[in-house]
Amino acid sequence: MWWNARHMEAAASERRVWKVVPGLSKLATYAIVIVALCAAWEGYKWLWETTGWTWPFLVDDTTMPHLWDILKAFGEPVTTGGPALIHPLLDAAWFTAKEAIAGFVLGAVVGFALAVLLVHSRLLERGLLPYIVASQTVPILAIAPMVVIGLGSKGVEGWKAVAVLAAYLTFFPVAINALRGLQSADPRAFELMESYASSRWSILWRLRVPASLPYLFTALKISATASVIGAIIGETPASIQEGLGGAIVNFNQYYSLQPTFLWATNIVCAVLGLVLFGAVALTERLVLRRAPEHYA
Amino acid sequence: MRGRGDSVVSIQTLTKSFSTGVTALQDIDLEIAPGEFISLIGPSGCGKSTLLRVIGDLVEPTSGTLRVNGKTAHQARVDHDYGIVFQDAVLYDWRTVQRNVSLPLELLGWDRAKRKERVREMLELVELTGFESSRPWQLSGGMQQRVSIARALSFDPALLLMDEPFGALDEMTRERLNMELLRIWEKSGSTVVFVTHSIPEAVFLSTRVVVMSARPGRIAATIDVDLRQPRGGETREDARFFELVTEVREALAAGHGEAAGGRSSSVEELF
Repeated sequence: MWWNARHMEAAASERRVWKVVPGLSKLATYAIVIVALCAAWEGYKWLWETTGWTWPFLVDDTTMPHLWDILKAFGEPVTTGGPALIHPLLDAAWFTAKEAIAGFVLGAVVGFALAVLLVHSRLLERGLLPYIVASQTVPILAIAPMVVIGLGSKGVEGWKAVAVLAAYLTFFPVAINALRGLQSADPRAFELMESYASSRWSILWRLRVPASLPYLFTALKISATASVIGAIIGETPASIQEGLGGAIVNFNQYYSLQPTFLWATNIVCAVLGLVLFGAVALTERLVLRRAPEHYA
Repeated sequence: MRGRGDSVVSIQTLTKSFSTGVTALQDIDLEIAPGEFISLIGPSGCGKSTLLRVIGDLVEPTSGTLRVNGKTAHQARVDHDYGIVFQDAVLYDWRTVQRNVSLPLELLGWDRAKRKERVREMLELVELTGFESSRPWQLSGGMQQRVSIARALSFDPALLLMDEPFGALDEMTRERLNMELLRIWEKSGSTVVFVTHSIPEAVFLSTRVVVMSARPGRIAATIDVDLRQPRGGETREDARFFELVTEVREALAAGHGEAAGGRSSSVEELF
């Protein structure tokens, strides 16, 4: 059984290495997933191209460019003699990030305020909640021109109008989750506050809000990514060129000539969403210092 | 026997019916004098927890009169006359132990220095000095319940209401906390209303045991507990302790509507 013991020793020391460098195993997991995804992309491309399969779609360098070509595209000039793609993309990302962050903050504030209002009035909850839900069934594409033109006529800049559209997507998960969170405390915790004859304000501030935080952060994480989508989608009907939405529309038109540019733009969009998500997740860790099982 | 004027709690012909048609409490008469330790005991559904909540103005009675310190229960609540301890500690996860204890003091508007001093005293009283900065979920169930008691007593309420506070704890922790509660009660001089399922616990702790019967919830008997104070481990071995336990048990059985013949069998059950 000597080999068995040795195996176990090796396994144990391996586990120790993972523990010694905190986050190493997590990092390794990310790396493995990324490598696997890249391998899947290239493997699929290779298999379909060599076999000549065309189902469900034709695979070639236009529909699925090589990953290295996509990465290379960041360094290629958009127009002859112009700056490399990465520069206009970063400018566009910053522009869209501005819209997304403003929309995220606006949506979070409105959503939370709405939840606070509804939790204090059964009548309002019953009366308003169906319309809040219905608001999300109206496609943002239908509202975008109205919002942009309406706010534009009041002299509001285009990017601010897009922020309002992003807020339209983000307020909903915040309102619904915060409402649930504000009601989530133990009924006896409410009795306790009542036995102290606490004011509504005091119950809100000392009990409802802290109890709602885990729910709120779950909603904020959803909203963070939704705000990026809202900003990108909002730019399109608003005919705003400076953001990632504009870049997507632009590179879409040249897709048959330069497919890698659109794919590179997609990567930037995804990274922007991840950065906002990560910022919220980090804030959650700093704010919520609770029992481990409370981490979502 | 007890003058109504100086009672902490004075209840006459109090009834509580729920909208479902269930009569939870019927014709309750109870006078509680300052410094008394009253246990409410009875089968499930006898309304003992409801009675506690009615006294604490968390549930409105249907009819009858209720005065607490000569005031309405509502006024008593506004005046912060109640400290409440539930079966679970109901501590706030997002607060440290010391900030949990100081919660009612914050609500009463005490300044920081005064709060800190009182929290220190209270944690000393429940023997949790050194755990000020711990989080509730880092403590055992018994320790959590001690924090909850410290919180309830921190602002010197006239009346301490306890709803099966040790019901969720194991027997050994329960007995130890019984001793501690008696020590705290003697020291603080507060009046306690204590809901329990346990006959020995009720007899060990109380100056008086109020036996209730179910459907509708009524007071079946009131038994004075004349055990020597202060009580301790040897109290549980006192012959008088066993007599009183038997007396409560018989009152409970009688409340259940059992025939006189059932008495002796219920006594045998105990031993």
